[in-house]
Amino acid sequence: MAVPANVETTFLFGRLTLDAIPKDPIVWATFVVVAIGGAALVWALTKYRLWGYLWHEWFTSVDHKKIGIMYMVLGLIMLVRGFADAIMMRLQQALAFGGSEGYLNAHHYDQIFTAHGVIMIFFVAMPFVTGIMNYLVPLQIGARDVSFPFLNNFSFWMTAGGAIIVMASLFLGEFAQTGWLAFPPLSGLHKSPYVGVDYYIWGLQVAGVGTTLSGINLLVTILKMRAPGMTMMKMPIFTWTSFCTNILIVASFPVLTATLVLLTLDRYVGTNFFTNDLGGNPMMYINLIWIWGHPEVYILILPLFGVFSEVTSTFSGKRLFGYTSMVYATVCITVLSYLVWLHHFFTMGSGASVNSFFGITTMIISIPTGAKIFNWLFTMYQGRVRFELPMMWTIAFMLTFTVGGMTGVLLAVPPADFVLHNSLFLIAHFHNVIIGGVLFGSFAAINFWWPKAFGFQLNQFWGKVSFWFWVVGFWVAFMPLYVLGLMGVTRRMRVFDDPSLQIWFIIAGLGAVMIAIGIAAMFVQFGVSIWKRNENRDLTGDPWNGRTLEWATSSPPAHYNFAFTPVVHGLDAYADMKDAGAARGRGKYLPIHMPRYTGAGVILAGLSTVCGMALIWYVWWLAALSFIALVGYAIYHTFNYDRDYYVPAEEVRLTEEAHARQMAQGA
Amino acid sequence: MRNMPKMPAAIALASSFLFLGACKPVVLAPAGDIAERQKDLLIASTGLMLIIIIPVMALTVWFAWKYRASNRDAAYRPNWDHSTKFELVIWAAPLLIIICLGALTWVGTHLLDPYRPLDRLSESQDIAEDHEPLKVEVVALDWKWLFIYPEQGIATVNELAVPINREVEFSLTASSVMNAFYIPAMAGMIYAMPGMETKLHGVFNNEGEYQGLASHYSGAGFSGMRFKAHATDEAGFEEWVQKARDGDTALTREEYLQLETPSENVPPRRYARVDPELFDRAVNMCVEENKMCMAEMMAIDDQGGLGREGMLNIQPVTDDKHARRGTKPVLGHTPFNVVSICNPAEAAAMFADLGTDEPVERRGREIMQSRALPVPTTLFQRLQKPTIRDARASGASEQKL
Repeated sequence: MAVPANVETTFLFGRLTLDAIPKDPIVWATFVVVAIGGAALVWALTKYRLWGYLWHEWFTSVDHKKIGIMYMVLGLIMLVRGFADAIMMRLQQALAFGGSEGYLNAHHYDQIFTAHGVIMIFFVAMPFVTGIMNYLVPLQIGARDVSFPFLNNFSFWMTAGGAIIVMASLFLGEFAQTGWLAFPPLSGLHKSPYVGVDYYIWGLQVAGVGTTLSGINLLVTILKMRAPGMTMMKMPIFTWTSFCTNILIVASFPVLTATLVLLTLDRYVGTNFFTNDLGGNPMMYINLIWIWGHPEVYILILPLFGVFSEVTSTFSGKRLFGYTSMVYATVCITVLSYLVWLHHFFTMGSGASVNSFFGITTMIISIPTGAKIFNWLFTMYQGRVRFELPMMWTIAFMLTFTVGGMTGVLLAVPPADFVLHNSLFLIAHFHNVIIGGVLFGSFAAINFWWPKAFGFQLNQFWGKVSFWFWVVGFWVAFMPLYVLGLMGVTRRMRVFDDPSLQIWFIIAGLGAVMIAIGIAAMFVQFGVSIWKRNENRDLTGDPWNGRTLEWATSSPPAHYNFAFTPVVHGLDAYADMKDAGAARGRGKYLPIHMPRYTGAGVILAGLSTVCGMALIWYVWWLAALSFIALVGYAIYHTFNYDRDYYVPAEEVRLTEEAHARQMAQGA
Repeated sequence: MRNMPKMPAAIALASSFLFLGACKPVVLAPAGDIAERQKDLLIASTGLMLIIIIPVMALTVWFAWKYRASNRDAAYRPNWDHSTKFELVIWAAPLLIIICLGALTWVGTHLLDPYRPLDRLSESQDIAEDHEPLKVEVVALDWKWLFIYPEQGIATVNELAVPINREVEFSLTASSVMNAFYIPAMAGMIYAMPGMETKLHGVFNNEGEYQGLASHYSGAGFSGMRFKAHATDEAGFEEWVQKARDGDTALTREEYLQLETPSENVPPRRYARVDPELFDRAVNMCVEENKMCMAEMMAIDDQGGLGREGMLNIQPVTDDKHARRGTKPVLGHTPFNVVSICNPAEAAAMFADLGTDEPVERRGREIMQSRALPVPTTLFQRLQKPTIRDARASGASEQKL
């Protein structure tokens, strides 16, 4: 097992040798399953001649809706991988008692918890958030696409490229054994000489380009492409939260990129930014990475706050309570999220005044967050609450997240943090807010906007099965961790010697099994819904009596979104239109100017991925070649002037009339 | 892998239930005053927050139920979206709680700062004016804890003993990677970092044997980096020290370098004597011979640095440290140590007057000239013809490199 010692590098293959193939039977079994599954998929795609369809309709698409859906698919696939890591950890910790080493050695276990964190944050939560924003923002602001449609496609494929690099580490070499933020000196060349940390670095760098560009894209889209009449204070609340999230992305991801570049230099050319001696300072890395890392938390949660606002308002049949204070709360959180990073390492010994400052700024964030919770409460107050799946997820969120918020504020009290930091209490806390907030929010969003995206509703029964297993499973899995934290048990332990702890790990493991059933039920829900789609058609385009502009389109929306650019007079633009009896635009159809699909994004991201892999394995010729190809192709692509076309007015008329007939049929 | 007893899952489960009664939430029932006060703060903060959390959760359930769509008796105001009164409460209520919690945090953080000497031994015991804390120096090694008792002149590995009701002052550092030192029953955790020194003050009030552990992931052997902390009365502590002194092993610098190499699940070990400079050298990363201590290097940098000529007075590591000090980066140079810039007598002369009030004008940016020391010989100088400057620096020719 473990790392091949003193790997010789050869010109042709760098340090890639046969030793790079893991010898672990668990990895082998996984490989066989993945290989069989992959082969079956390739066979099916070939048999049903779907390659062309996928390439022309999806992979090369610059349509923000299709890209949004591809982000969600990526997130769901990676969720399965990240969860497999989670349940392996739960099993190891439930077994490794009384002298037992469990079933995972340190080299394998340490990779698993690192990969779990990296995958769940960068390749599950981020794609979910970006996917939801991508799909909805242009629709909500009455635009036909994002500002830079090609860039959008390129961003997605860069994120996918990063995911591919991280997944490759499973079967070729190893992943980092450092924890998900790869603190030096542990992640330095001296302590992690093999490819693990390099996989981490290049996976995140490639995906990070995608995230940054997508942030810029959506930010410009929100600023420049809103429908006439939609001033900032008339933007739907989800668009507002997306706006703040993208500001955070644009302002914080470059910090991550720069920090990883410095770590790369330490590892590749022997600089001393984060080394122990010769002036290096590992504490600087920890500060820098958390200056990105804390805003990242809000990047993840803010858009879902927006989702919860839209869902609560729609399913309470009411305007959102306190829109203005909701907006200001979001902006407050955005600003404050930059002033709290040090609360991740109170125990570094910064001194009482510094610790108090960051503890108190952290608590201050809970004020706008609390205001938001109250606003959702008063949105339900005197409403007509319909307990459809999105609303169920929202209520589960409100009950779960408040507990997570409370334990979070508790951890912000430095003396309490001194006894709870790095403990399983901390683990329980952030899973409480990330699962309870980001994942529950993503599931609410999937259930809410699925009919918009695909034209049919999701199956209720399997949705409820998934909901109950997820929510109950979450509490069963993480409450024991709170208890264990109070028993002084810390994170990332592989073996334990106190047998009285074991029962709590077994309970947590059972919770994880329930969550597994919840995930499975969700896939069954998707499958059943697609299979029986004709029974659940949404013909109206507005199945939930929605309030914002996306519900003014057909389900699924035409690729140009709106035949007539809507004019907005107030909040809840579509609810107003329905009240005024002007839900459908009228007038003379005109040709619509649209961007053309292009394969350039796939090619550029593919070259970046190859370049990343080459750098990981020290295959210099390939790295140089792919980098030159990358730059060359990017320049070549700028000379491609055939980027747009007009949808003929006749085609628009036919599409719109078909939709009108459908609506009449549905009504 | 060690022995792996195969126990059927059902028996494992049943036996775990038996142990359930024995579980102790040590964070909530600690054995030392600092941890006790940290717990008090934890409970007070939780209480403060529950003032708002419980009503919010209750209201969520109540509103969701009361205003369910099928309840046609409940009021329905679809366009009601603003109320200044409610908004005021919404913002003011959390604000008030946070003001209270913020005040509590400010005071608590300063009182329980790990760097601050104790102000009492326990709720009922004041601390004497002239008390002397027990000093313990802690080094986090891969993957075991080294405890040095400088006053007692002994050292232990993975075993700590302290007398109860006496303040303990820990000074901590690490040999290679970051770690955190945590005895849940005694006081909160603090990072132990290579090249740096952190402090922690704590006290045990109850006798007993407590669990100590590494709480910041530090690599493969991290899980086994545990130790027992024995809290005994003064006599028991003296006896323990004596037992350690009766041994015959000494922790010298060479022995430390042996000990420092990675090992897992290390059983407790005691040393009868210990090099008094050892902890200082560990902090300054110069336990090895032929390596400049960080403090010295910083003192030189404080004088304006070595200048260009001095840059080559650093020695590539070619001895057996090579493997330990680091792999050669694929595109970089071989790792090196800074050894020294002058012979010991010159170094002594240079550092002798550090800390006195030097006139500012003597701090030139020229290499070491302000100290009236010769310019160090460099590779460049050796390649060039002798100059006047070299002549003046003739004393440097016997330098030990």
